[in-house]
Order: sequence, then structure tokens, then C-alpha cells
Amino acid sequence: MAEPKVGMPQLDPTAWPTQLFWLAVTFVALYIVISRIVIPRTGGAIAKRKSTIDGNLAAAQQLKERADKAVAAYEAQLAEARQRADGIAKENYATLAAEITEVRGKLDRSLIAMIGDAEKRVGAAKARALADVNAVAAEIAANIVSELVGIAVSAGDAAAAVAKAAK
Amino acid sequence: MAAESGGKIIDPISQFLIKPVFGDGPLGTFTFTNSSLSAVIAVSLAVALFLLAPTQLIPTRLQSAAESLYEFVYNMTHEVLHDNARRYFPFVLTLFSFILFSNVLGLIPYAFTVTSHYVVTLALALTVFVGATIIGFIRNGFGYLKLFVPSGVPGILLPLVVVIEIVSYFIRPMSLSIRLFANMMAGHMMLQVMAGFVIMLGLAAGWLPLAAMVGLMGLEVLVAALQAYVFALLTCMYLNDAMHVDH
Repeated sequence: MAEPKVGMPQLDPTAWPTQLFWLAVTFVALYIVISRIVIPRTGGAIAKRKSTIDGNLAAAQQLKERADKAVAAYEAQLAEARQRADGIAKENYATLAAEITEVRGKLDRSLIAMIGDAEKRVGAAKARALADVNAVAAEIAANIVSELVGIAVSAGDAAAAVAKAAK
Repeated sequence: MAAESGGKIIDPISQFLIKPVFGDGPLGTFTFTNSSLSAVIAVSLAVALFLLAPTQLIPTRLQSAAESLYEFVYNMTHEVLHDNARRYFPFVLTLFSFILFSNVLGLIPYAFTVTSHYVVTLALALTVFVGATIIGFIRNGFGYLKLFVPSGVPGILLPLVVVIEIVSYFIRPMSLSIRLFANMMAGHMMLQVMAGFVIMLGLAAGWLPLAAMVGLMGLEVLVAALQAYVFALLTCMYLNDAMHVDH
């Protein structure tokens, strides 16, 4: 082998058996190690990482869903509280309004009664005054007649005459 | 090394010579050669990468490297084979790791590239080809022959198409193995020739091929990874053909 052969060493058939033998040995050894050890080992590590990441992602998704639900519940509660507050306010307003109307009605009625009373009193006073006016007019008329004509007119006649003239 | 044999500086071929590691005798079937040593180192490195990587939830850098390799091959297998990916994934990962580590290891100066020998790549390709063919017949029976008769071809063209399909089917292991072996050999020869130029031109102009070598080295790293990918991807496709005859 010391003398380099002419031509390509690849075409030297005397080297082929050892090449093929050692190729088979090394290739089969590598195949056994890869199929028996490497694939469960490295493949397992990759699969475990993938499942861990997937698990974490799923957990994160679950937590997110829970947070979303909590936010929704909070908002629903808030809306309900707001509605209740609105209801209470409206109720209070209605009660107050009713009370106000009632009080006002009472007040109105008492005022009307008072006005009626006052009007009656005014009417009475007016009637009295008018009656007084007639009496005064009759007296004055009797005085005038006695002064002008010298006839003494009785109070009854004078009152009759005034009533007649006032009509 | 090359310069000693007949005063030639540029000798791109001798790097592919297969020599026994121990002693100087003839090559027997079990002789441990430089090729065997490289294969053992490549496989050991692949095993070390996978087994030294921890299996933590938050990966270390080494673990990330091992898992990227694993997932890259798994995704590729899954994309082509879908539900059958699980069954053939160990084989495809072994194939990809073996070729990738052999190719990259071979780029280290003075290292031997296992995959630069046609007999090695042909053995790998024939394993895939024979395996896929057997799986095809087991899964489909004689229906597997429908692979050679594509549907929707007019009757007159059919004999011609069948011949083309059969030839292209049997050429698969050739193209698969020659693609890998030729890429590896050509790249290494090119690097060797360039290195010879560096020595020939010396300090005066040697930097020019040296700069080219730096670029070529980057390209070779790319080719090393790409050829491993192509080999594994085509393996998946051939296995997929064996699964689903209707193409």
C-alpha cells in the first residue's frame, strides 16, 4: 500500500470489503443507539417541553377566562346596584311627590275653607253695611224732607221710600 | 506528503487512499483503516452530541444543538411521510447524522472523508433503494408495479412512459450515491489543488489561492450539510413512493 496506485483509490476493489464491513458496523451501531436511546431521550425531552408549554398555555387561558368571568360578574353587579339605586330614588321621589300633593291638597282645602269663611263674613258685613246704608239713607231722606218741606216723615215711610228708590 | 511521492505538489487523489491504521499489511475484510477510524469518530461524535446533551425543560446550548438536529430531521420526515414518519424516523435520523458527521468531519485537514468513496455511498443508497422496494411490495403487493404506469397518460405514449419510469426508478440508487460521493470528492480535490497552488506560489502570490480556499471551505461546509439533507430527503420521498403508489 506504500506505493500510490494510479487512478482513483475509489476504484480499488481490494478496499471495498473493509469499507463495507466498517460502514455496516458503524451505521448499525448508530442506528441502535438512535432508535433505542436517542429517540426516547431527546424526543421525550422535546415532547415534555411541548406538553409543559401547552399545559401552561391552557392554564393561562383558564385563568384568563376566570378573570373575564369575574369582570363580567362585577359589571353585572354594578349594573344591578345602579338599577336598584335608580329604583330607590324613583320610589322616594314618588313618595315625596305623593306626600307633597297630599299636603298641598290639605292646605288647599283649608285655604278654600278659610276663603269661604272670609267671603261669608265679608258678605255678612256687606249685607249689614248695605242695611245700614238703607237706614242711614232713610234717616237722611226723612231729615231732608223735614228740612225742605217741613213734613215729618215717619221712619217706616222713609225706609219704604228708600227701598223703593233703590230698586 | 504528496510532494514526497515523485516531487509532485499537486496530488489531489492520494487523500482518498485507504490505508490500515495499524501496520502496513494488505486490506482484509476486517482491517481497521483510516476510513473505519473516520466512520467510528463520526458516529461517536453523533452519539456524543445526543447523549451528552441534557434533557432539561429549558435547554442548554448543547441540548439546543442536539434538539435542532433531531427536530430538523423529524420535521423533514414528517413533511414527506406524514403518518408513517414515526416508523422510518430512526432510520432517516441515523442516515442524516451519519452522512452529516462524516461530511463535516472530512473537512478537517488530514481527516478522511468516509462519504467520498463510491462504494460507501452506493451501499447506503442501495440499502434505501432495496428497502423501499421491499416495503413497496409488502405494502401494495403487485400493485406496487402501478408506480411505473402513471394515470392519465394517452395509450400511445404509455409504453414509452413505462420504460422511462422503470429506468428512472432503477437509476435512483445511482443518482443518490453518485450525487453524494461526487460532491464530496470534487470538493476535497478542489481544496487539495488550491492548497497545492498556495505552496507553489509561496509568499509572493500564495495568498490569492489561500483566500479562494477560505471561500471554498465555507462552500464545502454548506455542501456537506446540504448533501446530507438531500440524501435524507430523497430517502423519505422514495419511502413515500413505497407507501403511496398513486403519484
